[in-house]
Amino acid sequence: MSAVTADQLPKKPNYRGRRIVGEALALALGVVLAIWTLAPLYNMFMVALESHNDVFSTSIWPADPSPYSFWIVFTEGYWYLEYFWHQYANSIYIGFWTVFLTLWIGTMVSYSIGRMRIKFGWLLTNAALLTYLVPASFLAIPFYRMMQSYGLGNNVWSIIAVEVTFATPYAIFIFQQYGRSIPLELDEAARIDGASPIQVYFRVYLPLMAPALVAVGTYALLLAWNEYLYQFLLLSNKRSMTVPVALAQFLNSDESPWNYMMATSIVYAIPPVIIYYLFRGRMTAGLTMGGVKG
Amino acid sequence: MASASVIEVGGLQPRRRSLFASLRGGLQGSEYAWAIAFCIPYVGVFIAFVVFPVLYGLWLGHAPALYVELFNDPIYQQTVVNTILYLVIGVNVKMFLALLLSGFFMRKGWWVKGLLMVYVLPWAVPALPTFISIHWMLNTEWGLINNVIWDVFHVDGPGWLDTSRWLALGSVITTYIWKNMPFWTVILLAGRMAIPQELYEAAEVDGATGIRRFIHVSFPLMANLYLVCTLLSTIFTLGDFNTAYFISGGGPALSTHVLATLGIRDAFEIARPQLGVAAVLSALPLMIPLVILLMHKLRTSEVQL
Repeated sequence: MSAVTADQLPKKPNYRGRRIVGEALALALGVVLAIWTLAPLYNMFMVALESHNDVFSTSIWPADPSPYSFWIVFTEGYWYLEYFWHQYANSIYIGFWTVFLTLWIGTMVSYSIGRMRIKFGWLLTNAALLTYLVPASFLAIPFYRMMQSYGLGNNVWSIIAVEVTFATPYAIFIFQQYGRSIPLELDEAARIDGASPIQVYFRVYLPLMAPALVAVGTYALLLAWNEYLYQFLLLSNKRSMTVPVALAQFLNSDESPWNYMMATSIVYAIPPVIIYYLFRGRMTAGLTMGGVKG
Repeated sequence: MASASVIEVGGLQPRRRSLFASLRGGLQGSEYAWAIAFCIPYVGVFIAFVVFPVLYGLWLGHAPALYVELFNDPIYQQTVVNTILYLVIGVNVKMFLALLLSGFFMRKGWWVKGLLMVYVLPWAVPALPTFISIHWMLNTEWGLINNVIWDVFHVDGPGWLDTSRWLALGSVITTYIWKNMPFWTVILLAGRMAIPQELYEAAEVDGATGIRRFIHVSFPLMANLYLVCTLLSTIFTLGDFNTAYFISGGGPALSTHVLATLGIRDAFEIARPQLGVAAVLSALPLMIPLVILLMHKLRTSEVQL
């Protein structure tokens, strides 16, 4: 021990210098990271605040910033935006039902596997894990044809079905993991007091699972809100489509009003960002606890 | 790193024989009926929306002639090369940078915490708006990137998306890294924080600091987590449709498609669903080993992801 300190003594000022250099390097890296991270987001705001003519200029900041594009979006004042709020409501509707059904189906099956210890529960767990590992986009073509033959084309319920299908495996993952921290004796005590399985589920299991419900609910909501491919394939009617589909239609139109598109993008992106930051702690705990979907 | 496996093989080995379980001796009668009933919604969803589409897809793409046609198609050949480059470069560069950056975010100080909040934004913001924004940034004449190049160097920037296959593919991969790196950084950061501080202290006494501490302490402890993350990320990236679709759209001249976008193009733009399914199914030789390996890893590994 003394050898170590004696060795270090003469180097002390050097260490301090090194620390300052280290801190300076870290700051430089931090600045680079911030620019790298924020550039596309800055571009969004810049274009949204520009007028149509200024978008097609070589400036790198808005020459004459005005919230006019946002006003157009809010008032549906452009032909591509005529159903904007309707489409926004569709996105919310899909998000709400996805969360509700994912939590309902996920807790039920996790309760049966984890708490009631049903025989062959491991098969269901593996089925969920397998679903989790199959890329959603690879099932899009058969799914599309299947939904058409069920007569569910242009129906938001076909989207809810997709989002629930791809959110439940993660839910089962997290619920089983979290459920293990709740002592089984609580269920048993309730059962001995005469509660039926469904009472135990509602009065013991669900309240104790609340933190996991929040994490999975947030995950399912963001999944449904952000998903594009299935919504694009299955919803083609202007009144049934969701915001991301409408946004992409903008992109493929002949004249792309970039300032309106970016304003629409921002209005669409703000709720999930707020939700993400509100539940960030829980989400990260959930992600590190169970598994991840990139 | 806890010792619990991610997925428990429920029912096979009850951890403790409780009073209630021994009184009852397993599920019986109405109990059993309830347990079954609770599984029905999930089993229904699984059969209707996973098993059925998978079987239907296999049936759609079962004809060998489709694969002959596919493999003779130069666009498909390019797509396979693109997909491999996308997976090998995109995933590995992203994971390696995420590993390094997770170390950076272990630093103390208020501004590092603040930066982390900003840094996770690409992950928090939905993919579509940012991809559309990046698509516009890469515009040759009016995009932000070429405007900055002009302002700084007074030269015209390249046509990122419409002249060269490699520039376009590079743009797709860079965007992919921008979007996904924060998420994996957070995961690896959590992995790093789970390493007990005493280990670092012991290593420091033994003289391991800086890079040697990383090589001999941090990395061996995180190697398994890093491997599982890389494999998972590979499989998710294989199914990534949005990045290529919105950044390059497969262009120029259909040269930057990946399998996920080519399948959709074949099925819906040229209306040949069988061919689209075949394109997707041709990824199975890569997918099946990955899935088996991951199922094994996630169930048995000591790592809690």
